[in-house]
Amino acid sequence: MSSFGSHRRRFFEHLLGGLLETAEGIFYAEDMARGTSPLHRLDPRVKLIGLVALIGVSTAAARLCVVAAILGAAIAIALVARVPFGALASRVWSGALAFTLCMALPALFLTPGDAAFEIPIAGATVTRQGLTTAAYLLLRVTTAATLAFTLVVTTRWTHVLKALRTLYVPMVLVVVLGMTVRYIVLLLDTARQMFEAQRSRTLGCLEPADGRRLIYGTTGVLLGKTMHLSQEVHLAMQARGFRGEVYLLDEFQLKAVDVVALAALAAAAAGALWAGR
Amino acid sequence: MLFDLDRVTYRYQQVVALDRLTLQIPAHRRIALLGANGSGKSTLLRLLDGLYFPESGNVRFSGEPLTEDRFADDRFAFEFRRRVGLVFQNPDVQLFNATVFDEVAFAPLQLRWPKSEIRDRVDRTLELLRISHLRDRPPYRLSGGEKKRVSLASVLVVDPEVLLLDEPTAALDPRSQSQIIDFLVDWGSAGKSVIFATHDLETLEDIADEAYVLDRGTLAASGPPRSVLQNTELLARTNLIYIHKHRHSTGELHSHPHQHHHHDH
Repeated sequence: MSSFGSHRRRFFEHLLGGLLETAEGIFYAEDMARGTSPLHRLDPRVKLIGLVALIGVSTAAARLCVVAAILGAAIAIALVARVPFGALASRVWSGALAFTLCMALPALFLTPGDAAFEIPIAGATVTRQGLTTAAYLLLRVTTAATLAFTLVVTTRWTHVLKALRTLYVPMVLVVVLGMTVRYIVLLLDTARQMFEAQRSRTLGCLEPADGRRLIYGTTGVLLGKTMHLSQEVHLAMQARGFRGEVYLLDEFQLKAVDVVALAALAAAAAGALWAGR
Repeated sequence: MLFDLDRVTYRYQQVVALDRLTLQIPAHRRIALLGANGSGKSTLLRLLDGLYFPESGNVRFSGEPLTEDRFADDRFAFEFRRRVGLVFQNPDVQLFNATVFDEVAFAPLQLRWPKSEIRDRVDRTLELLRISHLRDRPPYRLSGGEKKRVSLASVLVVDPEVLLLDEPTAALDPRSQSQIIDFLVDWGSAGKSVIFATHDLETLEDIADEAYVLDRGTLAASGPPRSVLQNTELLARTNLIYIHKHRHSTGELHSHPHQHHHHDH
């Protein structure tokens, strides 16, 4: 195999690998949600209210140590739910970190305030206020991502949707959320098929610029195709009587343990809110 | 009449899919909608299932007009969805739940059946289609034949009076095709109405009591499958068969014009 051929192969295999990994991430959450940990057994409404409340408080807290404490609690909850630490690191924190750093990096230099230290070669000054702003952003995003991940890997997606409806979230929003997950799965599968077909028809070298051009050219077609497929899915749902409401065989029933958990999460959120004011 | 279509026109933007189509479909029959790609078969099935509504003309089901206004009424919509089921051509669009059990339970849940009855009906339907072993599997990880059987189960679970199928045997291996055909023959013999779109002429006489041939959104012919299959001029005109040179390998090499729908050599 020439180096041209191997370049081409690497480009497509990297792309296809990324698509498969993303699709597996969705399936992973659904597989994990069938677990039996104490958190899995809690009423979905309790988890939804409790974890969303903690996310809200971490966003509102005005003290860094309080946000850090909520992150610690979020990790503890995830571990109680038997979420593997490796999965948290690879699937949640690495993404959250990359996303946050892109946004926080300019804040380190652009936020006015006292100089913390100077970067020797660039000559740029990092301010204390910039560091604090970046730390808030990083901790809040990581906390929210950890709690949201814990919710979806301990609760089946249909139960999350039904819990949203029982908490009076508008039907249209719940339907859009439900369709979004189905759309993403179709999008990934269609993208995988399109790129596999292109790989089989691509000869010679594919330089990075050509690869980018290929992706730009394919994106519009891909979106059109998946829009059509998602409309088909919606028609298939309508054909079986779907009118927008979420119905499940499982009934939600608050047990004593749910009430205790709800009280504990509410107390934690209230305490953090008071401490972080 | 089960379905009565009167001068129905349907367009996809500028493309006419059905052009002033008039036809009557009787109840308790197995009806094949024959036609080449783009002849309007799938569009017709969606109109019959109340998913699309005509630009002009009328569609009636058991005398009731199928209009958007009628489907806005929950009672009418639920009753219609219980009586009429549609199996899509591509099972991937029809399978959107986390497990096969959830998938099959979806329709009765939407129709608000009692939950104990739903569990019982789902289990019986899975047994009927011989897919009980797939009960807890995610549908997107099944083979093509398994997906097709699950999508069939997801519609049959409500025991519809009318079953609409879009290319039920398309892209299946011969064994899966044969299983689906055998099932449809048995199910259609139980006094149900089956309407299916196909361009597969090989199995037509086995499955259908009557065939309607569509050509560019109009009805080109109708009648018993045998008479339709014998009308080679009609089949060639509607692109359901083609004439080509065929090479045999029984010793001597020769070639002759060949029709590819049914042959005995």
